Amino acid sequence: MSRVMPGTEARLGWIGESVRRVDGIPKTTGEFEYASDLQVAGMLWGHTLRSPYAHARVRAIDLSGALSVAGVHAVLTHSDVPGRKTYGLEFQDQPVLAIDRVRYFGEPVAIVAAEHPEQARRAAERIVVDYEPLVPIVDPERATESEPLHPDPESHVSDHYLRDPRPNVLRTMRIIHGDPDARGDVVVEGTYELGSQDQAFLGPESGLAVPDGKGGVDVYVATQWLHVDREQVAPCLGLPEEQVRIHLAGVGGAFGGREDLSIQIHAALLALHTSRPVKMVYNRQESFSGHVHRHPARIRAEHRATRDGRLVCVQMRILLDGGAYASSSTAVTANATSFACGPYAVPNALIETMSVFTNNPPCGAMRGFGAVQTCFAAEAQMDKLAQALEIDPVELRLLNALGTGDTLPTGQRITSSLPVAEVIRRCAALREPDPEELPRAAIRLPGGAGNTTRGEGVKRGVGFAVGFKNIAYSEGFDDSCAARVRLHEDGSAEVHCAAAEVGQGVTNVILQVARTELATDDVRIAPVTTAAVGSSGSASASRMTWMASGAVRDACRAALVEREARGGGEVDVERVYRHRRTAPLDPETGQVGELPAHVAFACAAMKVIAEVDVELGLTRVVWIGTAQDVGKAVNPQAVEGQIEGGTAQGLGLALMEEIQTRDGLITNASFTDYLIPTALDVPPIVSELVEHPEPDAPYGVKGVGEPPTVVSTAAIVAALRDATGRELARVPVRPDDIVGLQ
Amino acid sequence: MDVLTPRSLDEALRLRAAHPDALPIQGGTDLMVDLNFDRRRPEALLNLNEVAELKGWSRENGVVRLGAGLTYTDAMSAKLAALLPAFSEASRTVGSPQIRNRGTIGGNLGTASPAGDALPPLLISECEVELQSVRGERRLALESFLIGPKRNALAPDELILAVRVRGGLGTQTFMKVGPRNAMVIAVVSLALGVDRERGVLSAAFGSAAPVATLVTAALDDVDSFPEQVAAAASPIDDVRGTGAYRRHALRVLVARALERCLTR
Amino acid sequence: MKIELIVNGEQCEADVWEGESLLYALRERLGLYGSKNACEQGECGSCSVLLDGSLVCACLVLAAQAEGHEVVTVEGLADANGLHPVQEAFVETGAVQCGFCTPGLVVATTELLRQNPDPSDDEIREALSGNLCRCTGYTKIFDAVRLAAQRA
Repeated sequence: MSRVMPGTEARLGWIGESVRRVDGIPKTTGEFEYASDLQVAGMLWGHTLRSPYAHARVRAIDLSGALSVAGVHAVLTHSDVPGRKTYGLEFQDQPVLAIDRVRYFGEPVAIVAAEHPEQARRAAERIVVDYEPLVPIVDPERATESEPLHPDPESHVSDHYLRDPRPNVLRTMRIIHGDPDARGDVVVEGTYELGSQDQAFLGPESGLAVPDGKGGVDVYVATQWLHVDREQVAPCLGLPEEQVRIHLAGVGGAFGGREDLSIQIHAALLALHTSRPVKMVYNRQESFSGHVHRHPARIRAEHRATRDGRLVCVQMRILLDGGAYASSSTAVTANATSFACGPYAVPNALIETMSVFTNNPPCGAMRGFGAVQTCFAAEAQMDKLAQALEIDPVELRLLNALGTGDTLPTGQRITSSLPVAEVIRRCAALREPDPEELPRAAIRLPGGAGNTTRGEGVKRGVGFAVGFKNIAYSEGFDDSCAARVRLHEDGSAEVHCAAAEVGQGVTNVILQVARTELATDDVRIAPVTTAAVGSSGSASASRMTWMASGAVRDACRAALVEREARGGGEVDVERVYRHRRTAPLDPETGQVGELPAHVAFACAAMKVIAEVDVELGLTRVVWIGTAQDVGKAVNPQAVEGQIEGGTAQGLGLALMEEIQTRDGLITNASFTDYLIPTALDVPPIVSELVEHPEPDAPYGVKGVGEPPTVVSTAAIVAALRDATGRELARVPVRPDDIVGLQ
Repeated sequence: MDVLTPRSLDEALRLRAAHPDALPIQGGTDLMVDLNFDRRRPEALLNLNEVAELKGWSRENGVVRLGAGLTYTDAMSAKLAALLPAFSEASRTVGSPQIRNRGTIGGNLGTASPAGDALPPLLISECEVELQSVRGERRLALESFLIGPKRNALAPDELILAVRVRGGLGTQTFMKVGPRNAMVIAVVSLALGVDRERGVLSAAFGSAAPVATLVTAALDDVDSFPEQVAAAASPIDDVRGTGAYRRHALRVLVARALERCLTR
Repeated sequence: MKIELIVNGEQCEADVWEGESLLYALRERLGLYGSKNACEQGECGSCSVLLDGSLVCACLVLAAQAEGHEVVTVEGLADANGLHPVQEAFVETGAVQCGFCTPGLVVATTELLRQNPDPSDDEIREALSGNLCRCTGYTKIFDAVRLAAQRA
């Protein structure tokens, strides 16, 4: 047997090879340092006091009790924020610490630093906050009839958004395509609902802030985008950006939940105030308030088709609950709208989307980002249509499949690769396992370890779904990624790139590209920090492989050219890569102008076999087969890993995951009551990688992280519908829905 | 906070009498969550891990005596499974291997949660709880020991020593409903036994009333038993499930469990 | 309070707060950060260690309860010759993504294969059902377990 010494690097491959993760060994030995593992001499522990109300006025805060607790070094409120008092990804609408009002359950109100976390907790408990509870807005349908949560009407306006004067509108969007009144031979309607999903990354929010002794600060944190963190942190600290250095600490999963700030400003404030390093680690309960979630949605859809199954018109109204602050809701709104019709050629459409402010937990980025919600509705509609037309659901999808050269409802012509028909065919051709005989051991049946059936009440169903989404940033966002390559005299190379390794494997991608371009194995990756290289953009939107590949490729090639020109020696070159430009949609019609709104797309098809105990409403997904459009697989093993993991997250939303609230308060903020899939819940997943190089992308790559999550919720619920004959229009599907209790 | 760690039962009882505020801790699977999340800060903890007298199990005249320190993993042993099938099956549904290696039957009784997985199978096995203090020993039927949600009849100076159950009471099974296929707190659970010798049907359910509840009937009542058990429940709506579903599921579970036990 | 225990074969002493978990003590007192703090309520298995040879969640053991006992953490699995076969199999099969669940899974798998050297797929799933992974969908984790079993 081969033996690998801990700490040594296994050989890395070049582009297209399945290679071992560069961080694989330290992650299996426990040596890999995550943000929550950081420690430094003289370190204090930070703790956050959070609002117990979803909506309240803050009349006064008395810190005296807290300051007298032994071991406490600082207790800070909004008045201690030296710079800008608010921050945010798109709009600076979120207070660093509550000023005069709290708008969601768990909103930070004060922060404490102490010698031991227990002292910090006891001190926080002794802070007296005088709240005047206000009636929370919790029903998104009523938000526009309520008092505005953000009183300044100009605070959330952008040039390319449709103006909507109603209170609590975050963004409204409309696509008018062809003739929305066009009639078909057959019409199907439905109303769909999705609960709010949590990213539930396993490594809770954490980080360490270290004052540099010269007024600046170093923040080591688990994040998805170092430079945008700095852009938000520095102004709040009242510091120029050069004095704030953000360093990537080991990230225990992200899935969108680390796009917004968590501990960054708080830990930095405490560190600068105490002149001591300060570590902050959220516990699981706090983590549910520590990041934004997937938008809960209500969707009303109407699909019209000809008798032979061609889509004539799609109408959809989408309502997204953005919660208390904007976060990335506006972009989620755009995605939900853009992908509402699914990957189908639709000649006429009217899509109307609104996201609103409420006092529910804030929502923002999560894997799939708006496309998950509409895929669930659109694919249920396609199945209804297939049933009404008595056409095989796979055939119906093939008949309407979008492809290169077709036009999206936004008027954007697809010039890049989008092999929808091929993923459908290849997925449909995957051979599912034969039904297993009954009775059988309970562990292989719905209810699993609960021992509830040996076969009684169990029915089998097959589901099929197709989904797609954009790759990288859209709507005119200046999407770029920097990389810096240093070639040493000894022939070795060092790559700097701020791309966040969140578990997805981008570090390997960077190394594979550099090794391929430089034709050497001797490449190392430098620590990831704002101090050494320009922005990479976020590890999100299925963009990081594409963007980092482009940047590293360009920097490598430029470095080789420069070395050649100089005739050898040390070379240090930085390059910024940008993808094709995009532009916003017309605010009135949702149509593109000269430039496209999205740079590229990726699609996936999925087939699901599920068993349902129709009497108890319990489920077991038996098998999943999927074919995904991946462009070019840089590291096929890692691509499969993304597909399997993304599928499991969609399974969670389909069957069990929902943040529950009562009057805006989260009632299941724990892994005891917010359930994510276990080893007994996720079936074997067979994946086919469909490789058609993306013409504009480096090496033909596409992003692969999101399509499986977009499609799996829809595909799994389709299988449950097939087994039960019920409509199941809401996820997560509850046992009550399956057995018909309401 | 203090941690008291007695090395014998005598010492444990003396410490318990001297420190009635000290919270007994055995496997820690419930209590540690409260400590980790700052929900409880007791004056002291009475660590029972080192008390050998609480461990293991024995059998005498058809009565099985399960030490309070018996873990769920212990309970899954083949020997105990043969004597107390429902209890053994229930133990396999508790949490994960990690939880079953630490969680104890004494802890389940001490916490007295309406969702306690060990309680329904013990209830259908004529269970008595052995309690001891420096004042002496007493035995209580499990039904009398469980007095409310997360409340039991333990006196401030008493410790749970063991439970006594009757082994070999006909055929039995246990079922537990949860929203995923492993690692769940019961949305509703059921232990059911068919004792042909004495002509008795017994069912006990969890998570469908303020306490785990026993319902018995004559063997002839097979047809109406699912309805009888469901009628005895008073389930509520909470984050884990609805009352209506719990009652519905209970009916289904009883019918299936009867079928399972009667055809065995 | 002071506690003495054996960790990864070495006698250790730690000064702990009475309400502290073994997990906190291992991490913050003994500097063994391999056991992870993902949920601190026994639901995720990221802090799995062996306590006197028995697989437990370190977050649910009071540090004081470990006094006089023996603990093996993920740091104690690899030996001077290199990685433990289970660790190697995890790296090779792509069972690691963010890796936060990995130490717990490696410990749990080691214990599974000690008890059952040739587990069936169902046995693997049941044995690992207390170790949550959010990244991989478990598929490659099962591959890793099978590979390690095969090689043992």
